[in-house]
Amino acid sequence: MTGNLAGILRKLGDKPWIWSYLGMILIWLATVTYTMGQGGGSIISAALSFATFTVIVGIGQMFVITTGPGNVDLSIPATIALSGAICMKVMDGSNAMLPVGVLIALGTGIAVGAFNYMLIRVLRIPPIIATLSASFLILSTAIAYGRGLKIKPPPLLADFTTMKIAGIPLLAVFIIVFAILASILLNRTLYGRSVLAIGQNMRAAWLAGINVERIRYATYTLSAILAGFCGLLLAGFSGGASLDMGSEYLLASIAVVVIGGTSVAGGKSNIPGIWGASLFMFLLVTMLNTFGASAGIRLIMTGLIIVAVITVAGGDKQQR
Amino acid sequence: MSSPSGNIVSLSGVAKSYGAVRALVGVDLLVDAGECLGLVGHNGAGKSTLMNVLAGTLVPDRGSIVVSGGDRTANYKVSLAHDLGIRCVFQELSLCPNLTVAENARIFHPNLKGWGWRGRAGRMIIGKLDEIFPNHGIADDDVVGDLSIGKRQMVEIARAFTVTDEPLHLVILDEPTSSLDAVTAQQLLTFMRKVVGEGRSCILISHLLGEILGYSDRIVVMRDGAVVAEKPAGAFDRNSLVAAMGDVADEDKIEAHERIEKARGETPVVVRACPQTAGNGRELIAHKGEIVGLAGLAGHGQTRMLLQIYDAVGKRTASTDVAGPVSLVAGDRQTDGIFHLWSIGQNVTVRSLRSMVRGLLIDPAREKAQAEEWKDRIKIKTPDMANNILSLSGGNQQKALFARALGSDAEIVLMDDPMRGVDIGTKLEVYDLIRQEAEEGRTFLWYTTEMDELHNCDHVYVFRNGRIVAELSRSELTEEKVLQSSFEESAAS
Repeated sequence: MTGNLAGILRKLGDKPWIWSYLGMILIWLATVTYTMGQGGGSIISAALSFATFTVIVGIGQMFVITTGPGNVDLSIPATIALSGAICMKVMDGSNAMLPVGVLIALGTGIAVGAFNYMLIRVLRIPPIIATLSASFLILSTAIAYGRGLKIKPPPLLADFTTMKIAGIPLLAVFIIVFAILASILLNRTLYGRSVLAIGQNMRAAWLAGINVERIRYATYTLSAILAGFCGLLLAGFSGGASLDMGSEYLLASIAVVVIGGTSVAGGKSNIPGIWGASLFMFLLVTMLNTFGASAGIRLIMTGLIIVAVITVAGGDKQQR
Repeated sequence: MSSPSGNIVSLSGVAKSYGAVRALVGVDLLVDAGECLGLVGHNGAGKSTLMNVLAGTLVPDRGSIVVSGGDRTANYKVSLAHDLGIRCVFQELSLCPNLTVAENARIFHPNLKGWGWRGRAGRMIIGKLDEIFPNHGIADDDVVGDLSIGKRQMVEIARAFTVTDEPLHLVILDEPTSSLDAVTAQQLLTFMRKVVGEGRSCILISHLLGEILGYSDRIVVMRDGAVVAEKPAGAFDRNSLVAAMGDVADEDKIEAHERIEKARGETPVVVRACPQTAGNGRELIAHKGEIVGLAGLAGHGQTRMLLQIYDAVGKRTASTDVAGPVSLVAGDRQTDGIFHLWSIGQNVTVRSLRSMVRGLLIDPAREKAQAEEWKDRIKIKTPDMANNILSLSGGNQQKALFARALGSDAEIVLMDDPMRGVDIGTKLEVYDLIRQEAEEGRTFLWYTTEMDELHNCDHVYVFRNGRIVAELSRSELTEEKVLQSSFEESAAS
């Protein structure tokens, strides 16, 4: 019996993402208990809606972090703002221009990814500084282009991003499917395996025949493209683009990766955990709101709980 | 229990298991003051595990540890072992790569403090290096990460012999010569005898049986986690030692491995490379199906040559031409080879994944098939190829790296002194495999610090200071010629 239990515990220990789901359920229960069962369903529905955007950028951030210590993409918020601004301006509220908007989101991502990687590779700037300084340039571009800001999104885009079927947001369903695809990309393709190998030991990866530079380039580009799409969808969801709509995703994209069980030391990642962690983060804020906590308390509690969760669940003894 | 006064260490009934793998099944080991104990056995026989127990880095499941007559089984740990005068030079080097040589020496000696500790630590370690390895060429402010693996090994060894105020009774040398060339290995073994003559003790682990037979007083043979033989060194010869380890191989078989010389140049040239560091016009040339040796003292440009060739694949450079895909077997497996989060199987297949893609996805069945095939072909000692790579002993990890290179589509295999920590039985099997593959048209470029291995090569280039200084065909190859070219000041070109 005890052996059985130990086995189960060890299995759970192998899956660090389990903690984010556990925390999510606990917080939801606490909230619903407080409201005495009122609004439990709508909280979940809202959580799915909002967590979707965190998941999109979180997956991109996860691939970047997986390529090893020091790799992180801090230009995500700026890319979201730039992509949202340009898309809204070009589409100008017209459904017919929607395919063009999609291409622009994609193009913005490709351009930002190439620029980031150029700073990292050609100028040999550490990724943390390269992507941070790139984000100033990207944001300035968005500001210069800021005339697109008060434009409504095309109705089709707005409907798509806000539509719910039986309380479940349509977009969330798409992103759940996307997360499954990303998981396959990570574990079953040459690209994914190469990312995991580089994250463990870049030199050994090179000596094992992996084209390290091409893979890193692709990874920064993937992260930027996902941020670009996040910008387009977020603008559609919130009825227009704004320059600061990406700002909360700086911490969020990194926090969901770490809470979700991805190793900050690289080489080991976890996609289910990103969904769990994103829902956890939203429900946490909702719970504090429900309890009537003031904005200050809310921020303090959010910070403390993130630190606590990372300490308890994110600790990975195998890390070197 | 009572122990004779001459004992430094007495282990009894030590057992250790990793899950289902029993690394030690109950081992007794005595070390007397002023003796050198030789410890031999296959990869995975439990030698390193036993030494880790003795050094305090592993807690045994059972058994007692008596040091200098006092029972220390309870709360035996690294710091206690150090205080009792037990030092260990591990097979996996334990220096901090981001610190200098002097700073690494200081880590061992907390009482070096106050103003000028860095200078004192530096003088201490350099003094010891001068004593053991004259002309070592290492400075106290060199950052360890920039040193070659051979020099790191020298620093590690010298550090183990430094003394400030704590006692020094026993030094464990786990494969100390595996990264050293013939000359420095000789220097170390001579120094070791001198230390033993002064009444201290050493445990020497080596796969080079000549070192064990020539330099130890008593030999302990381990197999499958137990001691199977223990006699004075004089009572063993090479054959009886190999037999005790459980090998069928003997000298005759080694002789039979040497192949008939082929006429050079009958097959097309697949590698042509000129060392970038110095131009004396000499090039390295490898023909298809040849085994080409890179010889000389350790760290004289052989690894750089291999990396230059590796890097030139698919590019056009003036100094290097390579025809065909290349793979590399790392010698410094921790930095250049192992993916420590992955299973043994994933570590083997990583180089071949491209050929396992069906549609867009990697086919897990093919991946498993390759892993299982190589588990049998190269005899990786594990119950399951899905276990983590670090569950293997050092020699078995090295086998996995061989499997990675030999299982790939590479036509040219570069080997960077790959037999570090590999036992003699495995070596003979791998030599066979290499020869077989060469006959089927693969080309091998083989950097080795072991003279015996050069006899497997069809053609040998000797390196000194980054240049090729001599070129020997199979019939011309003698140890004397290699050593002469390694030291000669003016190249006879």
